[in-house]
Amino acid sequence: MTPLLSVQGLTRMYGAHVGCRDVSFDLHPGEVMGIVGESGSGKSTLLNCMAGHMAPDAGAVVFDTRTGPRDTVTMSEPERRMLGRTDWAFVHQHARDGLRMGVSAGGNVGERLMAVGARNYGQIRDTAVDWLDRVEIDAARVDDRPSTFSGGMQQRLQIARNLVTGPRLVFMDEPTGGLDVSVQARLLDLLRGLVRDMGLSAVIVTHDLAVVRLLADRLMVMKSGRVVEQGLTDQVLDDPQHGYTQLLVSSVLQV
Amino acid sequence: MSDYNFAYLDEQTKRMIRRALLKALAVPGYQVPFASREMPMPYGWGTGGVQVSAAVLTPADRFKVIDQGADDTTNAVSIRRFFERTAGVATTTRTAEASVIQTRHRIPEEALTDGQILVYQVPIPEPLRFLEPRETETRRMHALEDYGLMHVKLYEDISRHGHIATAYAYPVKVEGRYVMDPSPIPKFDNPKMSDSAAIQLFGAGREQRIYALPPYTQVVSLDFEDHPFEASKADHPCGLCGAEDSYLDEVITDDAGGRMFVCSDTDFCETRRAAGHAGAMNTGKDAA
Repeated sequence: MTPLLSVQGLTRMYGAHVGCRDVSFDLHPGEVMGIVGESGSGKSTLLNCMAGHMAPDAGAVVFDTRTGPRDTVTMSEPERRMLGRTDWAFVHQHARDGLRMGVSAGGNVGERLMAVGARNYGQIRDTAVDWLDRVEIDAARVDDRPSTFSGGMQQRLQIARNLVTGPRLVFMDEPTGGLDVSVQARLLDLLRGLVRDMGLSAVIVTHDLAVVRLLADRLMVMKSGRVVEQGLTDQVLDDPQHGYTQLLVSSVLQV
Repeated sequence: MSDYNFAYLDEQTKRMIRRALLKALAVPGYQVPFASREMPMPYGWGTGGVQVSAAVLTPADRFKVIDQGADDTTNAVSIRRFFERTAGVATTTRTAEASVIQTRHRIPEEALTDGQILVYQVPIPEPLRFLEPRETETRRMHALEDYGLMHVKLYEDISRHGHIATAYAYPVKVEGRYVMDPSPIPKFDNPKMSDSAAIQLFGAGREQRIYALPPYTQVVSLDFEDHPFEASKADHPCGLCGAEDSYLDEVITDDAGGRMFVCSDTDFCETRRAAGHAGAMNTGKDAA
């Protein structure tokens, strides 16, 4: 079976400093990959390189496009942008980075549709309302600006805006960061449901081990720009082999 | 005649502007950067249009300036006198007789013909400006034809007002490629841009951009399938000449709420009155 995403030897340096070095893995359709590690371990660099927001210094990111596997690093920018608004989605840690704060919730959800050529107002609006409903936002708020939304609602709106074009691969950068625990739990519940219903593949970067335990099938542990351990989530978390992973797992506060 | 070089600007500057104009004509709708000069007038009064006019004027030209359709407003009168003094060109208020027409916020009602040049004064050339604040990003969006955001603006209009409420500076797509700001002309004038026989040049002085439409260029106003573009105007005939098909200004005539609608294009209105047309409020004397 062709992997949906195949990362090969991805390296990104910041001058003499290592962003991430020689990262390779395969992601199969319907699979959720978690990437954990401490701050500065290169998680976000890796994610940005994979999503095409940053050019890697070496390596390949081969994505199984609708016309067959292509290396997205060497792809032309218009093609990469097209991928970015059709088959890919990117959920930012801060909803403000991923939303247009001056545009209504409906406009935010509709933007990707209009970017790929939707030109029927009624249909765009119906789709937007439908998606607000799916992420548990009251349809009556379709014309409100995201700045009037709570943090959790903004994050859900960002997810709706990203998933509206039916992407196959979602990149998430700390999707639950900055939310309180009860809101986090609802968001995770929602994400888990969406991932299962839509058969999404996802790469989730986080430092919250509970998030990966709930969402991820496989787990990759990063330290100083390198992958130190990877495997099935339960396996890595319950029987950590590498010293750093052991430290990470034992550092989780017990309530 | 005067101590100025012909048409105020020096020859090297005019050459630089003409180069930008040629490039703009070759890539319709694309904003060409140019080294805008300080002009003896404030930004916002048409410094871009004046520089473009100066670059295209020849001694044989006949020059007309309109401001909101009128030939007799401060802006129009002073720019016309500026070129009378610095270029010594003939001037006119008749649309049909002019070879170069500089305009602010209107396109003349009378159809333009082969060989005429229409120069627009543009305050903000970037149609995506208030949607995406980063200039680097808007340029990339133009380059990659990434115009989804433009429709988001129209979507917002409909969701807020029930219809597309943008009434001026209504975004257009040129030859199926570049989205262009038509300068703040009323959307009533948008259809006149398409397939026009005249050359249309746009100059933005403060923003240092020039763009252009060669003759017979296809210009399409953006819209939705279920909310099509509509060239709207006040639903009245002209009070002076009775014209039903021209763009109208609403003029308050007294303190008791009295008002009248008159053609914004003064030359069009005068020509019609001279031909014997009369509107409901025409008292026989020249009311304007």
